[in-house]
Amino acid sequence: MSFLDYAPAPESRAILSLRDSYGLFIDGEFVDGRGEPFQTISPATEERIAMIANANAADVDAAVAAARRAYDRTWSKMSGRDRGKYLFRIARLVQERARELAVAESLDNGKPIKESRDVDVPLVAAWFFYYAGWADKLDHAGLGANPRSLGVAAQVIPWNFPLLMLAWKIAPALAAGNTVVLKPAETTPLTALIFAEILQQAELPAGVVNIITGAGDTGAALVGHEGVDKVAFTGSTGVGRAIAKQVAGTDKKVTLELGGKAANIVFDDAPIDQAIEGIVNGIFFNQGHVCCAGSRLLVQENIHDEVVDRLKSRLSTLRLGDPLDKNTDIGAINSREQLERIRALSDIGVAEGAERWTAPCDIPENGFWYAPTIFTGVQTSSRIAREEIFGPVLSVLTFRTPAEAIAKANNTPYGLSAGIWTDKGSRILAVADQLRAGVIWANTFNRFDPASPFGGYKESGYGREGGRHGLGAYLSPAPIGQSSASRGALGAASTAAIEADAPAPAKRSRVAKPARTAKTTTKGSKR
Amino acid sequence: MSGTSLVSARERAIAVLGGEPDDATLRRYLHGIAGVDAVGLEQRAAGLGTRSIKTSSKQWALDRIIELIDLTTLEGADTPGKVRSLVAKAVNPDPSDASTPRVAAVCVYGDMVPYAIEALGGAHGDPDDGLISVAAVATAFPSGRASLDIKLADTAEAVAAGADEIDMVIDRGAFLAGRYGLVFDQIAAVKEACRRPDGTSASLKVILETGELVTYDNVRRASWLSILAGGDFIKTSTGKVAPAATLPVTLLMLEVVRDWHLATGQRIGVKPAGGIRSSKDAIKYLVTVAETVGEEWLQPHLFRFGASSLLNDVLLQRQKIASGHYSGADYVTID
Repeated sequence: MSFLDYAPAPESRAILSLRDSYGLFIDGEFVDGRGEPFQTISPATEERIAMIANANAADVDAAVAAARRAYDRTWSKMSGRDRGKYLFRIARLVQERARELAVAESLDNGKPIKESRDVDVPLVAAWFFYYAGWADKLDHAGLGANPRSLGVAAQVIPWNFPLLMLAWKIAPALAAGNTVVLKPAETTPLTALIFAEILQQAELPAGVVNIITGAGDTGAALVGHEGVDKVAFTGSTGVGRAIAKQVAGTDKKVTLELGGKAANIVFDDAPIDQAIEGIVNGIFFNQGHVCCAGSRLLVQENIHDEVVDRLKSRLSTLRLGDPLDKNTDIGAINSREQLERIRALSDIGVAEGAERWTAPCDIPENGFWYAPTIFTGVQTSSRIAREEIFGPVLSVLTFRTPAEAIAKANNTPYGLSAGIWTDKGSRILAVADQLRAGVIWANTFNRFDPASPFGGYKESGYGREGGRHGLGAYLSPAPIGQSSASRGALGAASTAAIEADAPAPAKRSRVAKPARTAKTTTKGSKR
Repeated sequence: MSGTSLVSARERAIAVLGGEPDDATLRRYLHGIAGVDAVGLEQRAAGLGTRSIKTSSKQWALDRIIELIDLTTLEGADTPGKVRSLVAKAVNPDPSDASTPRVAAVCVYGDMVPYAIEALGGAHGDPDDGLISVAAVATAFPSGRASLDIKLADTAEAVAAGADEIDMVIDRGAFLAGRYGLVFDQIAAVKEACRRPDGTSASLKVILETGELVTYDNVRRASWLSILAGGDFIKTSTGKVAPAATLPVTLLMLEVVRDWHLATGQRIGVKPAGGIRSSKDAIKYLVTVAETVGEEWLQPHLFRFGASSLLNDVLLQRQKIASGHYSGADYVTID
């Protein structure tokens, strides 16, 4: 036998107790949707997991009304300390039910269980713990004393990290005192609905979080609803642009976390074995369904061949298959639609003259799969170097000098993330300083922490999620004259200290300008 | 088992280095090798450690771990009686299960080699033939603080007594002082001392003592240096310094061996030693070997565990698979 043909090690599905159908979670209860229900399938087998309710405009009204009631009567009046207690409780319940959530996530999304178990779910708990700690410390969020919550937040999240994106949205919103109506992606509603059960278990007051399922029209109805004070969206730049138009001229505050085409820059003095791991993690993590994926490898020309050879032999060890097997490295593509988009863009890459290499993998018969693929000989003008593929496809480009690397890295309408690989600390700082990207990883990639703000430049969106900056998306400064009205002498002293901390919001507004680039590409199914 | 010849090792080194292996040339070469990012290395090792090895794979892994063990006793209190006891365990690890494979070698101090060979009797030989080799630590183990003459005499005596493998220590002081040429020359001289009158050689394992080199960059350089100077195996530790073998250090050394193989076509062995006590940990090492250099390295001439208590944990796991339930420490022999 071959040891490397590891015996199957499937994670048991027995821990899941799924219902045949799920309703909408409105005002603390599951209710039927008024639209035509749809099914959610496992992308690894195309088997139906459950029927999911479809929210129409009337359901959106009900959800927003429930959120408004909860805001007016309960949540906005509750002390930060008490809000924090609920968030801590949710975080602990997420940890208690971690294995169940991981299995559900891998089943519905197609991502390998080792990622949902070791990355997604632990980060979800971390996000709730982190923002639970903020709930009674909002005076220190950088907006002056007594910042105000905004009201009802409409949140629309994508399918690539269903539960993690939910946590990124809900945790800061609740900590800041807002109530929420959240719509998960239509292909991955499962963990959000299990999360609704966790909210019931946590006895979160009814209506504070409402979860409605449906497709793009549900999302549009929610975002456009006049009872909404805040819109937060993660997804494609195309949809993000439509949302920006839809809410223009209203009082709604908006944060958008959109696409990316991140450069992963490898200098010739990089720690080569770790750089190879970082490149693999950068683009093949979560099948490349990562908005901050390092999809453009910029490698210094003098080490190009060595890097590509090492990359190919490393990719040959990746295991593609059953997402629930604990040894799977590459899971299923989330949907047929996305698979077709990946195929189409890859074919364009070949037509444009780039050289395609695909890791040798057995592709299962059913489900949606795409083997890890590298394109070499890619030019900056190639579409596969410009457009977000959102799949396990890496475009390799070369550069000669740091200045050229920076110029190529920045030559994109996006600006979400970037990576720098070098042994030289001063080069990391010098290059990072000139990259126009919201997140820059040095000698690592795709690492997330709730204390670290995340967000984009240019068409990658505006606003920040995570950290103290992430609170700013769900708060507004107290009206003039009220910031220290209710405070004693001690409070006034600390207010002065906070005001001294003014650069943070100024910096945020610098990157918060809507992009004005005239012509861009749009993305298909990521919403 | 026989190692590479000294002449070819030196010529090979000159060819790779592009000059005589003196301090300056070695420094240029070793410091030109890409650095190691500690966080990334440890992350990769941790990732490999999450592989889930179950059922038939686990069964195969447990037997293979036994076949890769250098069963070791390296105590000041070692006696002929203790060594005979160790050898008996090596030959027949689990008296309750005749299907249990034998370990690869016993590892003892040089003066204990005659007792080990006598106790092994007909079981002494190449692990590829199902027999057991005798490995001797030499060169003023574990500190390596002695003159070269004494180190060479130590080595020659063990080889003359019949040792199949020599586990030498490098001069960490010289390495850390940047005297790479001295370290190279000492390894090369010990390699020469491994030669037998019939022209064959004992296999040379070079112990880096990674716990004293401290940084991963040092470990990588010392690995290259040891291979260049003619080591057949590179070994992490003496077991006398903490930390001994760790998964990241072993991964790093395997990467060097992989790169050396790519560059020269030659296969060098790796031996993590010290601190690997559980089957679960040992399986992580097997995974790391297989996914870094390839499965063909999982054989006694290319990979060893330096261990003593590991064997019994593996035996308990084997018994569990056979019987369906866990037994206890009293169901395996202490040595």
